[in-house]
Amino acid sequence: MLALDRVSKTYPNGVEALARFSAEIRQGEIIAIIGGSGCGKSTLLRAVAGLDRASSGCVTLDDETISSPHAKIGIIFQEPRLLPWLSVADNIGFGLADLPATERREKVARALERVGLADKAQAWPRELSGGQAQRVAIARALVPRPEVLLLDEPFSALDAFTRRDLQDHLLDLWADTRPTLILVTHDVDEAVVLADRVLVMRPRPGRLFDQIEINLGRPRDRNSPLFENFKRSVLTSLDRSLDRSVPDRDATQGPGQAMWW
Amino acid sequence: MAMISDAPVLQQTSEPAEGAAMRSRLSRYARPVLGVLLPLTLALGWEIAVWSGWSNGRLVPPPSRVLATIAELVRSGELVRHITATLWRVGLGFAFGVIAGTLLGAVSGYWSLARRLLDPTVQALRAIPSLAWVPLFILWLGIFETSKIALIAVGVFFPVYLGVMGAILSVDRKIVEVGRTFRLSGPAMIRRILLPAVLPAYVVSLRVGLGLGWMFVVAAELIGASEGLGYLLLDGQQLGKPAQILAAIVIFAVLGKLTDWLIEVAAAPFLRWQDAFGRARGA
Ligand SMILES: Nc1ncnc2c1ncn2[C@@H]1O[C@H](COP(=O)(O)OP(=O)(O)O)[C@@H](O)[C@H]1O
Ligand SMILES: [Mg+2]
Repeated sequence: MLALDRVSKTYPNGVEALARFSAEIRQGEIIAIIGGSGCGKSTLLRAVAGLDRASSGCVTLDDETISSPHAKIGIIFQEPRLLPWLSVADNIGFGLADLPATERREKVARALERVGLADKAQAWPRELSGGQAQRVAIARALVPRPEVLLLDEPFSALDAFTRRDLQDHLLDLWADTRPTLILVTHDVDEAVVLADRVLVMRPRPGRLFDQIEINLGRPRDRNSPLFENFKRSVLTSLDRSLDRSVPDRDATQGPGQAMWW
Repeated sequence: MAMISDAPVLQQTSEPAEGAAMRSRLSRYARPVLGVLLPLTLALGWEIAVWSGWSNGRLVPPPSRVLATIAELVRSGELVRHITATLWRVGLGFAFGVIAGTLLGAVSGYWSLARRLLDPTVQALRAIPSLAWVPLFILWLGIFETSKIALIAVGVFFPVYLGVMGAILSVDRKIVEVGRTFRLSGPAMIRRILLPAVLPAYVVSLRVGLGLGWMFVVAAELIGASEGLGYLLLDGQQLGKPAQILAAIVIFAVLGKLTDWLIEVAAAPFLRWQDAFGRARGA
């Protein structure tokens, strides 16, 4: 289980990007984090990835505190961030340097097959389309079999058609090993298609505002009325999160905890 | 000197990758031919002008006479001696300049403390026209080889230093972050991320450095030498032999281009991933 306990982050310039964010995420759960721009989503993800230290609070994965990048946690950014001097295959194998060459080659070949880019193994990253490059990035992050995969607006730079394609593809890949996914997005459709649970954040300081369970089976039909319902409730919550007159619901505390005070 | 202005071309040759098949075939043959058209025409024109008596060609000898001078130098074995001397100086000066520039540039690029300590001094030294060192080098190191090599090394040092430091400083932070997420150790980060990332800029700085090396070897040999291509220049001036001066100039140009090309060829296998190489050159 991944546990975030009152994670806060104040940048050196005094910006309070994240305030007392708490959540518990089951192994294999798919979480979407949604919220206005600047509400600390990336900051949160970077803290979970161990790329930045939280100012206070802590992130634990199966009781292990995360303070630097961890073998069980992978991350995919908005840009593919492929290494331009490595072939597609070598990019995917980048995190497998410790394995013997034959084993590495096998895993890379299987991953290439899995993301449908077997014919691009020896291509350079510059020869890929945006969608293909992001597939390679996904394969690179998944190939070491992380328990947690973080995705920071991974599809936001792609066109609508490619984005849908990759969303389905991500779910497909997820089903192989069922890692925990935490996906930051600003696309309500994407959140409802992918997530078991949507966390809505609100800005200044960035904090948890609401959570919405998406009780829909998979595969999900984007046109079903139920799907529309969930989309509407996420949108409503998002609107309320941006409306300053709405007080915090304090979703950070369980129902019983409030009685403590 | 030609090499200095040549270096940026390295980055400009990137063409839109697609639809360049025909254009690349055209450029592979036509472009070099177009390039030599002008000098060839001028040379031929001058040759005809002298040959037909419009000019006596005493101060500006026709190409045939320059070639004849080169042939004579080759026959007497003089040319090999001069070329060897010059190449040796450029080679050693280049090697020292590159080693020092790379080491200090890497240190300054990697550690900000070292940069704060070192860089202002290097920048101040860079502001001194390098030829101003000549008297000092001669006083310190004598008039023979050491002072010449030192002067060349100084010329090579600065572009390499700046190139390496600048390249390290401009390595994409986002890509370094990829290395961090895969938990690369310090040395692995240098080997797998930093080195490949700085290589293109490093090659450019080597080529610029080499161009300056050739420039400074001329200066060094003009100041006082008993052999070398620069000596041929001076000798030609003092004895009033313009054909010999032009011969030396032509050989300088050929050697400069050749050594520059060597760097390019040696680096090409490592830079195939770049747009500028591979496709655009049709390698
Ligand atoms: N490195 C940084 N230094 C200072 N402030 C930052 C830094 N990164 C982000 N911020 C600020 O923190 C807040 C949250 O940023 P971020 O987590 O990137 O938001 P989001 O990803 O939700 O758009 C913003 O106000 C942003 O300006
Ligand atoms: Mg962000």
